[in-house]
Amino acid sequence: MNIFVCVKQVPDTETKVVPNADGSYIETSSIKWIMNPYDEFAVEQALLVQAANAGSTVTVVRVGSVKDTEALRTAMAMGADDAILVEANDNLDSYMIAKALKNAIEKSGKTPDLILTGKQAIDDDCLQVPQILATMLNLPSVSVVVGYEGSATDVTVKREIEGGALEVYGVKLPAIIACNKGINTPRYASLPGIMKAKKKPLVQLSLADVGVSAADQRLKYSSFQLPPEKPPGKKFDATDASKQAQIVKEVVGLLRNEAKII
Amino acid sequence: MAKVLVFTELHGNHAKGVTLEILGKLAGHTIEVAAIGAVPAEATAELAKFGASKIHSLKGGNLDKYSPEGYSNALEAFIKTGGFDYVFAGATSIGKDLLPRLATKFDAGLASDVTNFTFSGDTFNGTRPLFSGKCFAKVEITGPKPHFVTIRPNALGMNTAPTAGAGATAEANVDAGAIRAMIKEIVKGTSEKLDLTEANIIVSGGRAMKDAANFKVLEELAEVVGATVGASRAAVDSGFAPHAMQVGQTGKTVSPSLYIACGISGAIQHLAGMRSSKVIVAINTDPDAPIFTRADYGIVGDLFTVVPLLTQEFKALLGK
Repeated sequence: MNIFVCVKQVPDTETKVVPNADGSYIETSSIKWIMNPYDEFAVEQALLVQAANAGSTVTVVRVGSVKDTEALRTAMAMGADDAILVEANDNLDSYMIAKALKNAIEKSGKTPDLILTGKQAIDDDCLQVPQILATMLNLPSVSVVVGYEGSATDVTVKREIEGGALEVYGVKLPAIIACNKGINTPRYASLPGIMKAKKKPLVQLSLADVGVSAADQRLKYSSFQLPPEKPPGKKFDATDASKQAQIVKEVVGLLRNEAKII
Repeated sequence: MAKVLVFTELHGNHAKGVTLEILGKLAGHTIEVAAIGAVPAEATAELAKFGASKIHSLKGGNLDKYSPEGYSNALEAFIKTGGFDYVFAGATSIGKDLLPRLATKFDAGLASDVTNFTFSGDTFNGTRPLFSGKCFAKVEITGPKPHFVTIRPNALGMNTAPTAGAGATAEANVDAGAIRAMIKEIVKGTSEKLDLTEANIIVSGGRAMKDAANFKVLEELAEVVGATVGASRAAVDSGFAPHAMQVGQTGKTVSPSLYIACGISGAIQHLAGMRSSKVIVAINTDPDAPIFTRADYGIVGDLFTVVPLLTQEFKALLGK
């Protein structure tokens, strides 16, 4: 099988986000970049499917800046065979990213049997790229997937919906599956894996190479700002157990009479 | 004035709450509503009350269950006949999955998970959180129309004085087309409660819960106040709770009226996921826990004694 995994590089979850001077994006100079956490599940799933289908290849594709190729090297250290990087700003909109991914995949010369992605990137939180890419490639897609089993042609996947309920889909491959936490436990890259990854092929393309231009932009962002700071709240010391009942009574009273919430 | 289609999901005999929030906010525009399948009379009345001029029920084969392909094909066919400037939907499980497909069929842009918006004339100006709420930005949509928008539930709030619409009903036959990813079965969740993303009150537990069984303490409180139970990443990673319950940057972003954080220290990624809650109560033994910087009401104390007292007090207050 030709398996593709789309990954994104995003600021670490512990990053304190600060808007840049003109408010057009965030300050990125001192950010630690990591592979989007949901994409790790996609890479792991690709490796599991590869192991179950002899002769399969796993290609990782990323659209983003070159200053750091952490996400692709991590994926290859985990076991992916090769990588494609489309050089671009890290804040392209979903439509542009999906179009770049589509054309990069087609340019690779391999027809995908399965494309895996994370369910969302934790930077812009749009949850759009897998579905846009599927529509552009005329493929079925299932998002927020927490269970995957099946053959090289037919799979059964579980999609998590409201309240932890699951939609169980029968899917004809090729298809795009967007993975959620819970689908598997991503492996750590081994030291030999990390050494080997340095020698694995990484093809670098420009946005022009994949036919994406400013005309493909669909969203225009401006005025990045921090959420309004909350005024400090009231804090009660209830470490002394004998005072707890009185304090709880007071807080519940405040919720009703001051916050008028209950 | 723009011509807007709002796609609604139905919940029993009612339209989903987020649809009514959207309709109320769109007052002054020409608003039509579309649903897949029959729209019950109660839902029709609600939709009309909140401003729907026309309510379309889309019917056809293979549409009894949701499928990304079937729903997007059906809506594409319908939208092509309507001359809409905008298509709105709630950022629900279906909305988040469906709208990117649908928008791409028109090569159009989609602003997702929008929490507030205005129109200047026909032009949409949205605000949406990024980095799960660590920051916000203004968003405009460019390129071919219609433009697509999903709205986060509970963010806009209900318009308390909506302008009613005519609420005329219409039916359209649509083709679901070929479906290659089809639901075979739906497995119910363990909870019949509202999903975290739609809940009005959330009681959440962190690492200090120590064990999955201890979540019973939170469930008792949740039962009394009608809340949904959530968890921090630390609690989920320790195996105390399933990922479906996780609130934070790698879980769900929530905006309830009341968020009660029990034994949660308040890592940046958790605060990001719950900071848009209207009122936050935090209970933690550590007086310096970061969660207290976000809490409206902080109680420094042991959750295992404080939470049962809260349950008792709410019981008395609510006469349960």
